[in-house]
Amino acid sequence: MSQNKEWKPISEIARAVVAGDDSAVTLVKDSLARIEDQADYNIVIQSCDERALARAEQIDEAVKRGENPGRLAGVPFIAKDNFLTLGSETTAASNILRGFKAPYQATAIERLEAEGAICVAKANLDAFAHGSSTENSDFFTTKNPHDPTRVPGGSSGGSAAAVALSLVPFALGTDTGGSIRLPAAFCGVVGYKPTYGLVSRSGVIAMASSTDVIGPITQSVADAGLVLDCMAGVDSRDSTTLEPVEHDYAEVDAVDLTGKKIAIIKELMPSSLPDSIRDNINSVVEKLKKKGAIVEEVSVSSLSLALACYYIIVPAEISSNLSRYDGQRYGYSDSSATSLLDSYKMSRSKGLGKEAKRRIMIGTYVLTSGYYDAYYRQAQQVRTKLISEFADIFKKYDAILSPTAPSTAFKIGEHTQDPLEMYLTDVMTVAANLTGIPAISLPSGSDNGLPIGLQLMAKQHADIDLLRLANSVEELLS
Amino acid sequence: MAKLSKEDVLKLAELARITLDEQELASFQEEISEVLSYVEQLQGVDLSQQAPTSQVTGLENVMREDVIKDYGYSRDDVLSNTPELTKAGYIKVKRVLS
Repeated sequence: MSQNKEWKPISEIARAVVAGDDSAVTLVKDSLARIEDQADYNIVIQSCDERALARAEQIDEAVKRGENPGRLAGVPFIAKDNFLTLGSETTAASNILRGFKAPYQATAIERLEAEGAICVAKANLDAFAHGSSTENSDFFTTKNPHDPTRVPGGSSGGSAAAVALSLVPFALGTDTGGSIRLPAAFCGVVGYKPTYGLVSRSGVIAMASSTDVIGPITQSVADAGLVLDCMAGVDSRDSTTLEPVEHDYAEVDAVDLTGKKIAIIKELMPSSLPDSIRDNINSVVEKLKKKGAIVEEVSVSSLSLALACYYIIVPAEISSNLSRYDGQRYGYSDSSATSLLDSYKMSRSKGLGKEAKRRIMIGTYVLTSGYYDAYYRQAQQVRTKLISEFADIFKKYDAILSPTAPSTAFKIGEHTQDPLEMYLTDVMTVAANLTGIPAISLPSGSDNGLPIGLQLMAKQHADIDLLRLANSVEELLS
Repeated sequence: MAKLSKEDVLKLAELARITLDEQELASFQEEISEVLSYVEQLQGVDLSQQAPTSQVTGLENVMREDVIKDYGYSRDDVLSNTPELTKAGYIKVKRVLS
């Protein structure tokens, strides 16, 4: 683990820039130097140094003119490389998009820039965000900052490792089935998955449109709230976006835990859970009870079906979303093809990695007429059952507490021979995506030097309540 | 479940516009069969009371005015990644009929 100095809270960094006590150029140069120093961890696909420095200069000049560049003035960040950005390529860590230069930026990036934040680099991921370890990146595997022989989790592994190594104060990830929370847990940082639709996904490379969300990976809950607040809200370019119920996600003051009702779901504490994780969760439960919280165990019977449901619905949506990579409009195109059909097939076969192909084919299978009712429709019905069972829990409880992952970070190569084993890594996280609820992973101690992640979930649109509760739990854990 | 045959996998690949080499064919036959066996656990569940869900926040038919908006990028910007364009600026593809 590196000796990089931790960043101050984001609000303090920005305040210092606005006050003229620090400069955006200094911050960006510092961040770029840290990225270069830690190149061995394989975190960054490409830096946006030229554009970042130019923007930093503009921000410093604005400050000199007496203007306020915003709540994230001069704050450097790293975006997962499935966000479209100007000033660098956008590859989704896939060969088929190698060299792709986005013609416009993701709304999330635009909104962060409007508050003065500066994107300094693009982080590694499992290609197209298909994976739990970054080992499915077509380029390289990111190493876990706590043990370089282990994975950082995925798919936003580069983003989480970047924050763990203090390369930047925050990073952006995407979460389709746990892709923010799992790497946050494995790397010992905070990862936030908002309510479905709270943050626009325009300009983010689609994986599974009915579960994809965007969220921050940060050093603290307060930082996550601030970054979320800057990104949230309706966008005419993403028709699934919601008007935020509570606008000020930056106000995440800790709450009194007395009388808070927290559910532990039996199915998320399976007998296969390592003792270190079980003991860790139990010790947090004890601390919560001492603070006056009411913690009870409940059962969600359909939860045992959530992962199977997920691995039908998500590949189905992937097979549809990835049909656009056909070698005609953008991306790798095989020039030796002699007919259009051959061009599709050859471009996709050479440009897509093994996991993308596997998921496209699983998705194609479950959508094939004849199998549609038995797989896809059945999964959509299980999804309804899961939603109603979670709704029942949230009638009685403020939040659900669970481990984020069934293990700590595993060894590089440990699960690559068995895709199903790898899929099982997502068992604790997929339910939040299938039901659209917000969820957060907090660092909660460690086992043999490897971080343990604690997950809190709340009902849809209760993002502010979840962040405040998480802030109190964060205090409790520190 | 019945394990996928090589022909099943090849048919899927054809539908998905992917060609497979021998090694991929063999490993996908195993792996996709394994994943399908896993997800088949849903098939015994009684779901007669459950409507299917495709959208989780309840939004329906989000409409907007049909007007052109300027998002700050041009047609040329959008086509700048295209492998092959005609002189007139259209996307050029290989012939459709052989």
